[in-house]
Amino acid sequence: MTLATLTKPWAAFSYGFLDASAKREMRRKMLKAIAVPGCQMPYASREVPMARGWGTGGLQVTLTLLKPSSSVKVIDQGADDSVNAASIRSFLSKVSGAAETWDTQAATLIQSRHRIPEERLRADQVLVLQVPNPEPLRPVEPNMSVARQMHADADYGRLWLILYEQMVRSGRIMEGAAYPALVNRRHVMTPSPIPRWDVPKLHMAEHLTFLSAGREKRLYAVPPFTQVEPLVFSDVPYQVEDHGALRCHRSGVTGYYMNEIPQDNGGSVFELSDSNLGIKAIRRAEGAQVEIGPTWYENGKMPQ
Amino acid sequence: MTAALALLAPHLMTTPPLLTLQGVSRRYGDVVALEDVSAAVYPGEVLGIVGESGSGKSTLLRMMNLEDTPDAGDYRLALPDLPGNLFVLDRFARRMLCATRIGIVYQNPHLGLLMKHTSSGNVAERLLIAGERSFAALRGRARDALEASEFPLNRMDARPFELSGGMQQRVQLAKAIALEPALLLLDEPTTGLDVSVQALVLDTLKRLQRDRAITMVIVSHDLGVIRTMADRVIVMRRGRVVEQGLADQIFQDPQHDYTQQLVHAKL
Amino acid sequence: MTPILQVENLGKHFQMHHLGQRLHAFEGISFALHAGEFLLLRGPNGVGKSTLLRTLYRSYLPRAGHIWYHTSEGRIDLAVAADVDIALLRRREIGFVTQFLIARPRVAAEDIVAEPLRRAGIPAVDAIEESRRWLAEFGVKRDLWRAYPTTFSGGEQQKVNLARALILPQRLLLLDEPTASLDAGARAALIRRLADLKAAGVAMIGVFHHPGDVAGMIDREIELIAQEEPADVAV
Repeated sequence: MTLATLTKPWAAFSYGFLDASAKREMRRKMLKAIAVPGCQMPYASREVPMARGWGTGGLQVTLTLLKPSSSVKVIDQGADDSVNAASIRSFLSKVSGAAETWDTQAATLIQSRHRIPEERLRADQVLVLQVPNPEPLRPVEPNMSVARQMHADADYGRLWLILYEQMVRSGRIMEGAAYPALVNRRHVMTPSPIPRWDVPKLHMAEHLTFLSAGREKRLYAVPPFTQVEPLVFSDVPYQVEDHGALRCHRSGVTGYYMNEIPQDNGGSVFELSDSNLGIKAIRRAEGAQVEIGPTWYENGKMPQ
Repeated sequence: MTAALALLAPHLMTTPPLLTLQGVSRRYGDVVALEDVSAAVYPGEVLGIVGESGSGKSTLLRMMNLEDTPDAGDYRLALPDLPGNLFVLDRFARRMLCATRIGIVYQNPHLGLLMKHTSSGNVAERLLIAGERSFAALRGRARDALEASEFPLNRMDARPFELSGGMQQRVQLAKAIALEPALLLLDEPTTGLDVSVQALVLDTLKRLQRDRAITMVIVSHDLGVIRTMADRVIVMRRGRVVEQGLADQIFQDPQHDYTQQLVHAKL
Repeated sequence: MTPILQVENLGKHFQMHHLGQRLHAFEGISFALHAGEFLLLRGPNGVGKSTLLRTLYRSYLPRAGHIWYHTSEGRIDLAVAADVDIALLRRREIGFVTQFLIARPRVAAEDIVAEPLRRAGIPAVDAIEESRRWLAEFGVKRDLWRAYPTTFSGGEQQKVNLARALILPQRLLLLDEPTASLDAGARAALIRRLADLKAAGVAMIGVFHHPGDVAGMIDREIELIAQEEPADVAV
């Protein structure tokens, strides 16, 4: 007996890294997720060449959606050039032959950690958000079986209770990222740890959004033109981060979500979190012919 | 032996009972928890249920709160939008009914309260389930309910685990009455409290009963509590109703052997 | 004229299961009572006068006979009426005055007295006002009105009790030694109130240790006689 008789003969990897049965399961769960907006669907969550917690959930959805004609953009906290985003993007193109891009306008498939691009997404684009903790009820119900029952019953009283107590304690709602939102007036979801600034972009959006947690093995979706309403009291309006008036120190652009960069003198400057938007703005200022698409926010405000 | 005269059906009382239980039986394995129990509670009335531990009185109360389904039996509440046997309702309908129309105070506050949330929040949760979405209204209504339960308002945002037993019961009570339920269920509400605190909580209950004419069912093994609170009394033993009557009659002229033992043992 | 109350062959005994004994109280009691009449029950101690009152009130369950009570909606047999009907009549028409106050801790005297009015649906402010009037009438000192009667002396408790029992005019009043332990002033107030109620048509049945207190009001008397327990009481 030789080692060769015990192993399969060499063959290439499946297209898009995941094997056919894994992708079939993903497709089924993704379709179910679209059918019941905001409802978490369990899936097997295969091994991918990346550690859990680094975007494996988003990666599996992206790998399932990829085709050679895709144009894929990957961002991490709004930036295309971070190590993690760059590694995932090059992996995606290597296993699928899809094109890589930094341009939100040009991408057909966008995998993102923590941000939604500032330029409006179109009906022919799909956004995949990486989610660390998909369960909005986790802070109020440690038992996940009970939490699923609570979703089934639309029993969100205790989630509201947390908001009530934040109001009592602080006079305002303290949820920063991952602000819970009611999808299609039925299921409450965690919109991944995107800032409050980004949550309204999901409401009645033209594009399809998948949210996927690889470690927790749950995915859910916001289909196009679906209501996404952050949980708010009728007399305490929803507030996004106060970034509307901030100015990017590199591009000079105002009215978008900014990263704060502390300075040696104790002060701080701001720069656009959506780095590709910043790059395009600088190029355009330098005289290049650059197309910047319409953005969700206009003059630092979300049109009603 | 001569039996007491058999009583007639209600004749002057023309209002139908708010609560009607008929032929409720429940077994857990070989243990008979309830055997063919029937009861009626009229609007504004306080029904007391007495019996020793294991007599089925708490099981009966849990049935009224739809926490369990009997093997047989019929349960109705005379509320406009609730026709038919409530035991056939699904979990969702039960939850909404219990959250909005029935209030309950448990002996053990851990069963009724979220101990790590604020007291006012515990009350507000009920209102939130019922769909209240205004923060100002939540705050105001929680405050009103706590005040009606004679809870000190300067502690309304304290967590129940920081409070005394009597205060915890007041939070439970505030939560139970926040939505002005049609029915208030009290399961040994003062058991385990100091005698003086017990008297204060009973007084609050009595006051609420008088001011709001809330229909109540109170379960206790403490006959003193039942005597203070109840208009009518059901005596239970081994899952069966052995006797029922007006409270003063049950205590002054008990008919059944078991009730006589119970009354004489306690007086 | 139809009597308010017609008692026919009323009998009562107590079955004491733990003693295996039957305690005889009375039997074969019959009488009628009209509106505005005052009936005095007489007889030696232990003959069953209080027991009869309590049986009429249904604190004790009768063993035989009928207690026909005439309401505006026809007659009803209190001996076998449903518990909820009895409770209804007690709230509206039939009062019982004893010498014992069942006070609850931490309820002020004026609230205790006002309670029957509150139950009858009278607004709190009016009920308290009326309550204070009667506390004054029975000679309870003003500074005690807001205090808790659990701490009162027997005599003061009794006054609170009377004020509560008599505040709401009834159709039938059962009086179980209401004058016991009363001082002269309160006793006079009580007699005045009873006379007023009688004049207004309230029928009364009373047991008095000193019947002389109410001598002027008594229309009829029933003498209860101590009986040997009959050998065979078939009910």
